[in-house]
Amino acid sequence: MSNLTDLTVAEIRDGVANASFSAREVATAFNAAVEGGRALNAYIVETPDAALAAADAADADRAAGTLKPLSGVPIGMKDLFCTNNVQTTAASHILEGFVPQYESTVSGKLWAAGAGMLGKLNLDQFAMGSSNETSAFGDVISPWKRADGKALTPGGSSGGSSAAISARLCPAATGTDTGGSIRQPASFTGISGIKPTYGRCSRWGVVAFASSLDQPGAMARTVRDNAILLEAMAGFDAKDSTSLDVPVPAWEAELSSNLAGKTVGIPKEYRPDGLDPDIEKLWDQGIAYLKDAGAKVVEVSLPHTKYALPTYYIIAPAEASSNLARYDGVRYGLRDLPEGAGLQDMYAATRAAGFGDEVKRRIMIGTYVLSAGFYDAYFTQACKVRTLISRDFDAAFAKCDFLLTPTAPSAAFALGVNQDDPLAMYLNDVFTVPASLAGLPAMSVPGGLSSDGLPLGLQIIGKALDEQGVLNAALALEERAGFSARPEKWW
Amino acid sequence: MSVDIHTVKKVASLSRILVTDAEAQALVPELNNILKWVEQLGEVDVTGVEPMTAVIPNHLRLRADIVTDGNVRDKVLANAPQAEHGFFAVPKVIE
Repeated sequence: MSNLTDLTVAEIRDGVANASFSAREVATAFNAAVEGGRALNAYIVETPDAALAAADAADADRAAGTLKPLSGVPIGMKDLFCTNNVQTTAASHILEGFVPQYESTVSGKLWAAGAGMLGKLNLDQFAMGSSNETSAFGDVISPWKRADGKALTPGGSSGGSSAAISARLCPAATGTDTGGSIRQPASFTGISGIKPTYGRCSRWGVVAFASSLDQPGAMARTVRDNAILLEAMAGFDAKDSTSLDVPVPAWEAELSSNLAGKTVGIPKEYRPDGLDPDIEKLWDQGIAYLKDAGAKVVEVSLPHTKYALPTYYIIAPAEASSNLARYDGVRYGLRDLPEGAGLQDMYAATRAAGFGDEVKRRIMIGTYVLSAGFYDAYFTQACKVRTLISRDFDAAFAKCDFLLTPTAPSAAFALGVNQDDPLAMYLNDVFTVPASLAGLPAMSVPGGLSSDGLPLGLQIIGKALDEQGVLNAALALEERAGFSARPEKWW
Repeated sequence: MSVDIHTVKKVASLSRILVTDAEAQALVPELNNILKWVEQLGEVDVTGVEPMTAVIPNHLRLRADIVTDGNVRDKVLANAPQAEHGFFAVPKVIE
């Protein structure tokens, strides 16, 4: 049983159910992998006892014949989800030592479905970043290496999740996606990840970044595992005012890679001049895979694509500046009270000491675009362009069932190279942000390797609430790409 | 539109983030680069376009006006940097 950590979620679930191995053996193997993988810095907190307790409950449930959908499956939890009595930091110094006295809806649903927690996964601070370099708890190192041996980013913000899954430190994990934070790290590490329709998964108990964009989702090595996890995570929650009151489909049971009768749209604006030839080749290969699966291919136009990133970088910081006003040194988290300081001084000192540079930058941009005299020129204008971006998708979906694009404009880059240039870093999300602005379900699946031997992802964007269509198209890609590359163990 | 050091300090103050003069100076070009880049949105014709308020059509729900939670004072205070007599404690705010 030396390779239990190579199993997928479905294989673990089924193996525990038919007693091929015990849940405790699985949890023990992953706990050892987590401990042995500390060089990757993927976990901020390790919770081996929680994993073992859930495993023992799963083994007891099997004996009693009361197995649950995720019994015996240990997972990683992005450290943006509040977990009862387990430190939750959003990778920020300002929340260091914060121990929630409640459970987020999504993590609670996963535990109720029988899953166990291996630990809390590192991320960009407050999920603001595309490389996991803004964490107050250090960079996550990708398990992947280029020939030059330089340490690479696992992507971000869900970089702990992507690195841990890719390195087999967990079979699956939660992520959250505001502008690409599930899909881009999945692409960079050769795994799959799905951001469902906005409102599918409850945001309650998830540390807020940009509330009109934030959406929890699943990350795992296979499309099927994503379907399994998402089914357990999704569902109406009265505690989230934007939660959608619609039934959760049986996504796993309905998986089908036969795309006969389906039409895939190829947005021409996603093929800018100077697109990396590796990415272009991957995309053409993806089109061929979908044709082979029976889909008809049409070109579509999303004319406002070039405005998506600037729209995002007004709306997301504006919402962040409002959401992060709660960190005041009074109710939870850090307090910095200089000698003789008053209340206002305490707020300013606490926030200066607690937030990282990128978080401060975004709060200040948000404060500026919302301030008197600039509100209409920046914020209202961005909200109007957002309407146009959303209409572009409506028009495209009149001609096709889903879209195929690359997930990211490049393979994983070396840690440090984009750190001094926020705009260069923001461009990582050029292909993922439009679907976020429109609230659409979107998924990244590995499509192949770059000329440097690094994973590259393909993105499927679907109609609102059509996660099934997204998963099925992704499955068709997965079956044909046959992606089996994995990072060589060096940690 | 571009910001100068006075505007940066004002925004920092509105944001309740303490910045030193050197930090404010460093933020001037950083914020201006970002603002210059987002200003390309000004070229989009948005005549007659409503600003988006909800990405997925949804309605705001009302719920029954009844108590569904509460009586958890100690949990609420559990993470307070300073709690006294069952309250959050802050520095003196009146002279």
